[in-house]
Amino acid sequence: MAVSLYLAFTRYDIFNPPEWVGFGNFVRMFTDDPVFLRSAQVTLEYVLLGTPVKLAAALAVALLLNSITRGSGFFRSAFYTPSLIGASVSVAIVWRAMFAGDGPVDSSLQVLGVELGGWVGDVDLAIPMMIILVVWQFGAPMVIFLAGLKQVPTELYEAAQVDGAGPVHRFWKVTVPMLSPVIFFNLLLETIHAFQVFGSAFIISNGSGAPGGRLNFITLYMYKRGFADMQMGYAAAIAWVVLVVVAIIAAIMFRTARSWVYYAGDNR
Amino acid sequence: MTTVEHVQPGHQTAEMTARAGRPARPRRRRRGLLTTIVWYLLLLALAAVVLYPLVWLFFATLKPSSEFGRNSGLLPWEPTLDNYARVWDGIAGIPLWRYGLNSLIVASLAVVGTLGSSALAGYAFARVAFKGSKILFAAMIGTLLLPFHVIIIPQYIIFNQLDLLDTYVPLLIGKFLGTEAFFVFLMVQFIRNIPRELDEAARIDGAGHPRIFWSIVVPLLRPALVTGGIFSFIWTWNDFLGPLIYLTSPENYTLPIALRLYNDTTSTSDYGATVAASLLSLIPVLLFFLIFQRMLIRGVATQGLKG
Repeated sequence: MAVSLYLAFTRYDIFNPPEWVGFGNFVRMFTDDPVFLRSAQVTLEYVLLGTPVKLAAALAVALLLNSITRGSGFFRSAFYTPSLIGASVSVAIVWRAMFAGDGPVDSSLQVLGVELGGWVGDVDLAIPMMIILVVWQFGAPMVIFLAGLKQVPTELYEAAQVDGAGPVHRFWKVTVPMLSPVIFFNLLLETIHAFQVFGSAFIISNGSGAPGGRLNFITLYMYKRGFADMQMGYAAAIAWVVLVVVAIIAAIMFRTARSWVYYAGDNR
Repeated sequence: MTTVEHVQPGHQTAEMTARAGRPARPRRRRRGLLTTIVWYLLLLALAAVVLYPLVWLFFATLKPSSEFGRNSGLLPWEPTLDNYARVWDGIAGIPLWRYGLNSLIVASLAVVGTLGSSALAGYAFARVAFKGSKILFAAMIGTLLLPFHVIIIPQYIIFNQLDLLDTYVPLLIGKFLGTEAFFVFLMVQFIRNIPRELDEAARIDGAGHPRIFWSIVVPLLRPALVTGGIFSFIWTWNDFLGPLIYLTSPENYTLPIALRLYNDTTSTSDYGATVAASLLSLIPVLLFFLIFQRMLIRGVATQGLKG
């Protein structure tokens, strides 16, 4: 890490010794590199939209699964499968084919009268496509939510019911507070995870980050700078900016967590 | 804060004990049959949507080349096994099994390395009182929050200077050194649940740390080792960035990187072979999952591992 920090202040191409440039890399990033800014923007869009939707899906399905008695094992496995393979190249290839101009997703939408002409090359649809890919992997947080739901004592629901609370009220006043540590944990992990999206964007855009840089997520950009253009110092500087951003987001989460995460004193 | 106060355990304990004698869950029985049916239909529809891409992939591998781009439906018009035959011939003059074998070697060594090092590290954190162990443990948990970005560049430079590019060393050395905090954490949590009395009894019998670790902790650790091993295998198998950076000659490629060759649209890409190879590379992961799914899901649920 120290090496990385040192490199961030240098110009380094592997072949020649690093040359100290001070804050030059960082200045260039924010003032003279529109590609970086664009890439930061799409990454933030992806993280801020994808993560909440994924967690909401995970929680909703976990609640559904928690309320059925039979066959939950089957559904759990079915929903968990994408989480295991979602980051693989194979799935990225499938995704590209499915969302391509004449792929299944497009043809089905045409039946419904929606003409999109492919998501992969579309400036507006490329990120939604990636978000669908990450939401598709809701199984992992779902399993963690399920484990959390099992810990909520049924007595609490009964008590709430006796007090005249409807299902919505019970959800907000019992489920959410009791589940808040798990929600927090999932939120933190999924956010960090989302920042690291690389393989699928790389494959879907053929390593280019096209269309119009909309799939040029920050890791992809860093890879290109570091390993294709051999600007190792600049890439290290990008890595540090990502680290600082993630650290700030995590710090905000931990800070605000005090007001909404509820730890039951007796079972933890 | 306001939402939380409604469920303060102190307010509820009296009620809870008062209700303890009653038969459980009247809540569930009251719900109508109709609601249950709707729930199941909803879940089935969702399962169909979630699994559709995989089913689509399976059938796509049976489509002859002439159908790609024309038949976006699920079923092939004229099913064929041609794609698999071409996959067998491989790409860049190297048969697919070679890439598969490379992946298998890397993933298996990763499992050995990860389990060995993380079990040892886990034992050290859970049982050996050494100076700075608290700080080290906190630092290790901290790395869970770190994006991997920060270390890949210096790592690459170091391996470049050591002349180890295009070997499997950079992909594996971290696993043997226990740098993967997830697995160390898994082991620590598990070892903490092993009763200390066992260690103490062994110590009275004259056993030192190596013997306690090997004869007491390791056998009891088996469930955690199995879970960790499966995850380590699957993650290494799927890894794309590591091999992409470190492997340069095609005969060393692992499956994901080889798949990228298939998928490369700048060269003459063979679509049928690409999907067939994609499916084949998913098979080990899916098999593992089918066999160990109960254990895997329990591992996720208790340790918060990500898939």
